[in-house]
Amino acid sequence: MKKKPEEKAPLSQYLLYLGCTVPVRALQYEISARKVAERLGIQFVDIPEFSCCGYPIKSVNHYACLLMAARNLALAEKRGLPICTLCSSCGGSLAEAAHEIEEDEALRKRINEDLSTELGMRYEGRVPVFHFTRVLQQVAGSKRIAEQVKVDLSSLRFAPHYGCHYTKPSALFNKADDPENPRSLDELIEATGAQSIPYEDKLACCGGGVLAIDEQIALAMAQRKLEHVRTQQADAMVLICPFCSIMYESNQRKIEKAFGTEYKLPVLFYPQLLGLALGLEPDELGLKMNRVKTTELVKKIQRRSN
Amino acid sequence: MIDSKTLDSNFKFLIASEPGGENIKKCFSCGTCTAGCPVREVTDRYNPRKIIRMALLGMKKEVLSSQFIWLCSSCYTCYERCPQDVRIPELMNAIKNIAAREGYLPPAMKIQLDLLSSFGRLLEITDFENEKRKESNLPPVQGKTEDIKKILKKVGLSS
Repeated sequence: MKKKPEEKAPLSQYLLYLGCTVPVRALQYEISARKVAERLGIQFVDIPEFSCCGYPIKSVNHYACLLMAARNLALAEKRGLPICTLCSSCGGSLAEAAHEIEEDEALRKRINEDLSTELGMRYEGRVPVFHFTRVLQQVAGSKRIAEQVKVDLSSLRFAPHYGCHYTKPSALFNKADDPENPRSLDELIEATGAQSIPYEDKLACCGGGVLAIDEQIALAMAQRKLEHVRTQQADAMVLICPFCSIMYESNQRKIEKAFGTEYKLPVLFYPQLLGLALGLEPDELGLKMNRVKTTELVKKIQRRSN
Repeated sequence: MIDSKTLDSNFKFLIASEPGGENIKKCFSCGTCTAGCPVREVTDRYNPRKIIRMALLGMKKEVLSSQFIWLCSSCYTCYERCPQDVRIPELMNAIKNIAAREGYLPPAMKIQLDLLSSFGRLLEITDFENEKRKESNLPPVQGKTEDIKKILKKVGLSS
């Protein structure tokens, strides 16, 4: 993959791309992301017609995956704004398709012939795609975020989970993060005043990618990380992808049963943590929707600020 | 024991002509991929080095019909570390694309294709979901689109 020219997110207006999982199974992520964006002056525009990013069928048919991504990119191009995704797989898939279509003229021609005859659409190949975490890091910036923190979270210990498609393949994201030693999520956690703690296998995959094919393998992968995070006595795991959340939060009970243990580890989406630091109420951040109760965590925060 | 008479020496060329499979012949079997693989960490049923070696030897039927090619979690750890730029997750997808064409599609993937064809997304959005979204002050999401069915039809994945 060719290295892309320096591409940062200079704008404050984005098309919010929800994908399949967020609007159905991770409402707390969407609610909190919209809230903190509003606080930080980042504006989201909605396109209800966005569909699946294409990622789920990349393994079945690479071209169909590109065409599905191109449909979304074409919708975005019409609005003339960059895309901001909440899901790391959507971000990776759309960024990869945008990159391939931009680089390969023959592919662009074929995509446009099919977009035009099948859907009456066109895509020139000029839509930048960013993950919300990268927008927070590059547009809002850790320093500016730290200046707006209103609640003291310094006693809290969070285990960051980067997941895979937010940093890799690193060439696709212009090495915004070192894939072997990423720092952006740690820095964003530290910007809230809380502690970002190290733990074994911090960069390991959640297993979500094989959940549909072999549940036992997927659960075993997630269990390893839950175990490592428990060893470090984290108050919660902090992540940025709805599928990682399905593995560590939605499936936590299942993992506890399968492995005969108990974690009760709260799992927050980063915007939920950021929102708490900015002084937003737990209810405004969808904390009630978290499967693993966050009551103890919230109590700790309230004790500190009273 | 491998019987050389059953090997298809053109298999590697077939893979190399598939998007994502271009670099398969660069593999020198160092095993960096397997050493850092998070799937391999929990099961010995997945071993990327072994799969690539089998593909290079021409064990076409064994590779295409096996479940192990579908066990790559696409985490891209090996993609970043491979000294030969074999781009293993993309290579696995190239092999899976061939397997799908030859009729070896796992049931789980068939289900996903049906969902995408019906709703344009993996999880259906009904009035119930949009009502729930409204209660949380979230804007509605389009429940259904025929566009994805058209795309899947175009590539022969939907009738």
